[in-house]
Amino acid sequence: MSTEEIRAALADIVNEVAGVDADDVQLDKSFVDDLDVDSLSMVEVVVEAEEKFGVTIPDDEVKNLKTVGDAVAYIERAQAA
Amino acid sequence: MSPAARPLLIEQGASYAGILGIGAYRPARVVPNSEIVDAIDSSDEWIQQRSGIKTRHIADDSETVVSMSVAAARDALAAARVDARQVDCVVVATVSHLLQTPSAATAIAHELGTDQAAAFDISAACAGFCHGIALASDLVRGGSARHVVVIGVERLSDITSPTDRGTAFIFADGAGAAVVGPSDTPAIGPVVWGSDGEQYDLIRQREDWRDAIAAEAPEIPHLVMRGNEVFRWAAFSMAKVAQQALDRAGLTVDDLDCFVPHQANNRITDAMARAMKLPSTVRIARDIIDAGNTSAASVPLALERMIRDGDAKSGDVALLIAFGAGLAYAAQVVTIP
Repeated sequence: MSTEEIRAALADIVNEVAGVDADDVQLDKSFVDDLDVDSLSMVEVVVEAEEKFGVTIPDDEVKNLKTVGDAVAYIERAQAA
Repeated sequence: MSPAARPLLIEQGASYAGILGIGAYRPARVVPNSEIVDAIDSSDEWIQQRSGIKTRHIADDSETVVSMSVAAARDALAAARVDARQVDCVVVATVSHLLQTPSAATAIAHELGTDQAAAFDISAACAGFCHGIALASDLVRGGSARHVVVIGVERLSDITSPTDRGTAFIFADGAGAAVVGPSDTPAIGPVVWGSDGEQYDLIRQREDWRDAIAAEAPEIPHLVMRGNEVFRWAAFSMAKVAQQALDRAGLTVDDLDCFVPHQANNRITDAMARAMKLPSTVRIARDIIDAGNTSAASVPLALERMIRDGDAKSGDVALLIAFGAGLAYAAQVVTIP
């Protein structure tokens, strides 16, 4: 998957979980500060992303995923591993 | 084998068991978020957004584990039209009966006016009530008891730190009870239950009593919880367990009238409902908004509320699931009495 494909699929998940407009879910956006995704919604996003992208994102790792770009990069690395 | 040995006689139980009545006791004092927020540097809005909770009931000194249980059980017996003397077993699920022995159950059985019913407590934390319903169903079908009172009761305010940001706004007090007895039709489905001791520390009493007493300023050990990890486990793993309970009963989500999960957090309930793809026609218990998280008491309290509000009607099919410290969980489908 390309970076853009991962971003778009992640945007759909964020939309479904937190009701955020998918077009707002851009790489430079912070989940907490820009998109108002709190830590519980973030857990839901992570679990949905694990299923969709076939990767594992441990709880300890979630706090490092501050922006959409962080999450997309993590998923890319995990898929390549 | 001695030539005189004869096969033992065994009891035959009822073909089917069901819940015959539900009862509740809610402490008189209602505590809104505004009374909680200062000690945890939080706000009413934050608590509602994170949990759904607006108010909770907190017991006073007279509302003990035993007195609340007796009140809830009497309510359930009246609803079931069963006399206390017909009760031959009392099962009490709790983690906040602070006397290690004897159990709360024997005192409750006595105060209810049972005829020396078998009585014992079980420790399965928030999952306790659904464990109790599973036990009671098997006791009735196995012939060990004919009418079982199952109680979930907590005074979590005794073991919650008012300054712990992760738990102070969540935990609350109350008691709920069910009478389980013989039924003409299958009215309690197979239990799906289990444990995950690898996650023993996710929700627990902070330290054991010896360590608590040895501390410089001894106090009752409080509950502590790793919220985000609990959320992940509860919202997703438990949705799968709930689905298994439906499968085992031969049903699908389309057969459900009511979904009554442990009232842990409204956000967990939302995530479970989404993961299970519950149809919008299924009525979902939301007692947590006014009652907080009452651990073992939450499922029977929520059931009582749904029956009283007309959201659960006699004959409705309800999926119960409870989960918590241990980690421990249990789920079953029941018919509303």
